[in-house]
Amino acid sequence: MSEPLLSVHDARVGFNTPRGLLRAVDGVSFELNQGRTLGVVGESGSGKSVLVRSLIGLVAANGFTTIGGSVKFEGRDLRSLPDAQMRAVLGSEIGIVFQDPMTSLNPVMKIGTQIGEGLRRNRGLDAAAALKRSIELLAEVGIPEPERRAGQYPHELSGGMRQRVAIAIAIACEPKLLIADEPTTALDVTVQRQILDLLQREQRQRGMAMILITHDLGVAAGRADDIMVMYAGRAVEKAATRDIFRQPRMPYTEALLRSLPRLTDAAHTRLQAIPGRPPDAARLGPGCAFAPRCPYRTDMCDAERPDLTMDGRRGFACFHPVGQGA
Amino acid sequence: MTWLSRQLLRLVAVLFAVTLLTYFIVNILPGDVAIVILGNLATPEDIAGLRKDLGLDRPMLVRYFEWLGSALSGDLGRSYRTSEPVAQAIIDRLPVSLQLMVMAQLTAVGIAIPAALLSVRKPGGIFDRISAASAFGFLAVPSFMLGIVLIYVFSVRFDLLPATGFTPMSEGLWDNLESMILPALTLGLIEWTVLMRVLRSDLLTTLKEDFILLARAKGLPPWRVLLGHALRPSSFTLITVLGLNIGGLIGGAVIVEQIFALPGVGRLLLGAIFNRDLILVQGTVTFIATSFVVINFLVDMLYAVLDPRVRHVRFRS
Amino acid sequence: MSASAAEPLAPARRGRRIPWAIALPLAWVTIVVFCAVTANWIGLADPAAQELILRRKPPSAEFLLGTDNLGRDMLSRIIYGARTSLIVGLCAPAFGFLIGGAIGMCAGYYRGKVDLLLVGVIDVLLAFPALVLALTFTAYLGQSLFNVTLALGILSIPAAARVSRANTLAWGNRDFVLAARTIGASNWRILTREILPNLLPPMFAFWLVAMSVVIVAEGALSFLGLGIPAPQPSWGGMIADGREALDAAPHTALIPAGVMFLTVLSLNFLGDIVRNMVDPRRSAL
Repeated sequence: MSEPLLSVHDARVGFNTPRGLLRAVDGVSFELNQGRTLGVVGESGSGKSVLVRSLIGLVAANGFTTIGGSVKFEGRDLRSLPDAQMRAVLGSEIGIVFQDPMTSLNPVMKIGTQIGEGLRRNRGLDAAAALKRSIELLAEVGIPEPERRAGQYPHELSGGMRQRVAIAIAIACEPKLLIADEPTTALDVTVQRQILDLLQREQRQRGMAMILITHDLGVAAGRADDIMVMYAGRAVEKAATRDIFRQPRMPYTEALLRSLPRLTDAAHTRLQAIPGRPPDAARLGPGCAFAPRCPYRTDMCDAERPDLTMDGRRGFACFHPVGQGA
Repeated sequence: MTWLSRQLLRLVAVLFAVTLLTYFIVNILPGDVAIVILGNLATPEDIAGLRKDLGLDRPMLVRYFEWLGSALSGDLGRSYRTSEPVAQAIIDRLPVSLQLMVMAQLTAVGIAIPAALLSVRKPGGIFDRISAASAFGFLAVPSFMLGIVLIYVFSVRFDLLPATGFTPMSEGLWDNLESMILPALTLGLIEWTVLMRVLRSDLLTTLKEDFILLARAKGLPPWRVLLGHALRPSSFTLITVLGLNIGGLIGGAVIVEQIFALPGVGRLLLGAIFNRDLILVQGTVTFIATSFVVINFLVDMLYAVLDPRVRHVRFRS
Repeated sequence: MSASAAEPLAPARRGRRIPWAIALPLAWVTIVVFCAVTANWIGLADPAAQELILRRKPPSAEFLLGTDNLGRDMLSRIIYGARTSLIVGLCAPAFGFLIGGAIGMCAGYYRGKVDLLLVGVIDVLLAFPALVLALTFTAYLGQSLFNVTLALGILSIPAAARVSRANTLAWGNRDFVLAARTIGASNWRILTREILPNLLPPMFAFWLVAMSVVIVAEGALSFLGLGIPAPQPSWGGMIADGREALDAAPHTALIPAGVMFLTVLSLNFLGDIVRNMVDPRRSAL
């Protein structure tokens, strides 16, 4: 078996807040192979964005932040890489698309320049070549009149167009890993699907691996090979996408699934909301973080935290997994 | 109505109010021009005669509109004392004030931008703290105090630069610059503090933006991220304050021009005040206030050049 | 004095202030105020008594801070000068705040056309370079302590109006104001009983800063010879006098400059601290 493209072991991120240490990411491990897609699913505040940003050094250790665990990308230990080499890896081998293209594009820089910037830096292209390539990329991500658009500023484009530009920036240097951090959350429903299709198409054509971060299991459904569900900074269930949908084991995953609308439901069927609120990550007790909201909770759940136990490619962190009898 | 025409209308209204107010302040306050000109020994008849000659016996509002009419055609009247045309007097002094202003702003910006950039590299770090502390200290130093201290250090103790006096550029560029260094340094050392503070605070806000993360994700080194991505979107408040300073310094550098004996517009005003040369005071104050207002208007326009979003809102829709 | 120079380092230290960063400025301001108030009774030399033989003497046991160009006791002049600075520094902003505060409250409370008009007037006033306006005022009103205070007071109206308008706008929408209105309280009552008490803390913070600005402005006017008239001591005037003898007797200019610097610095410090207490959001800056 070949070595995975990305292998993360026991990743931890803590913030020293005035209220105490906030464990935003608490011991998460996963592997991602070439060309595969991992969906990272969780509510906002579950630590999914912080996890991914910390992997590639966009969240870095300082007086306020502590970081632990190991991250291997193509066998290189990203955590111990010198700054300059880390930047080279980041610029040319990893691409990232953020949630809101309103804020992730520089408002005072022309689109063509923003796409070409990475090419000039990491591929050594001159200004003219970078602009030419930017225009090709714009055409590739489905932007009409790419020559004209390259000379415009972000505010002159619609939200969907802007997100296409952001994707063009991410894939400009032919990365091996594409990180999409809630790429459709800020967009109109009508363009969400187009953007997801575009991401998937680019991924297939280029053979990139992708981490798709989303709060919406439905988004991950048809597009991720594997899904990792996160809750309060921990991975609570990992499985192939098909298995998750067929039989969730962790009650939280089950609850997430129940909150999705289904076409087979009768009209006016009420979606099931998850009762309660996500826990305060700075005030976690010794037990399972989901216990207060969990229908299957027992005293044991409050006393001790279940670890993520793996069974082949499948794993969950629960004492009372769903569908145990089945 | 477009944004531009609304702004122009506002500019005209403010200018009108400014000149009217100046005219009233200068003319309503005690100190009869005729007495000033003729001296205390003049007979009442002489004074009445001169007042009539000068047109001072007519209502103030009438005189204001007459003055405004000729001011619009560039005629600010003649000095009661020297009969020199006021407009000409201002134009003669203007280059000195402008040079001082430009050199002072270059000094201020030259200190403020690097200090702010170095500060935000590590907020709360040693450089940030030193620069914040010195900014706070300089904020408590009035220009007349700093001017004296600089003269004491550079001229009296070490004899490096001339203490006062002005050498025109025609008599040698170096001599000219030498006579302007201390005055420009005085103003620059005081003004960088505010510039640094606003730029630092805006930079810190900008650095939290997603597009900064994206720039870092492109593999750009930190200084490229700072200069290429963060500086420009963070410079709007800086430009505003700079505009206020520039506007204020055209003729507003009264104290520094006085300390260093520079023949600029500020010193012209001071002389006019001491001599009770009303028409000259009126002209210079109007000029100073007008340039202040106009420059702030221009700075507002400059936003549009710097920020394409503003350009979009203002000129296309 | 060397300890005071290091003061500004303190607030940067993780946002937590070391007590002496408050204590030192407070102590300095207290000393200045105490001396200015008790100047007549603490056995000072006559600040106007000239002794030409003893002119420009450096600090000694007899004259703790030396003598000036006309042989007058510097210590005495500094302390009487503090009295001048404090009178102007206290009264001018008080005047400006009374009028400007009322204007700002009206603009912020009634909004609409009243607001538009008052803001327009304030904008015009702010369009004047303040120092030029102050010069023009004192030049024509005539130089006296009262006129200088009046001129600087008028100049602080626009700034005070802005602060009070912004805060009135912020408070005017709160539930307790709406509640007072629904039970039929008069506008006057709402303004004075509900809004004014909330306005006072931010105004006080601003007042400390305004005080240091006004002290500097008075110094500038006196330095130019258009402020406090001659024999009466004023720090700005003393610096201007000392300038003549910068080579022979630098202490005549540098001592009043240093005293003024410390006073303004201390006031800025205290203003900063109060402002942070009043509005924690701004403390980050």
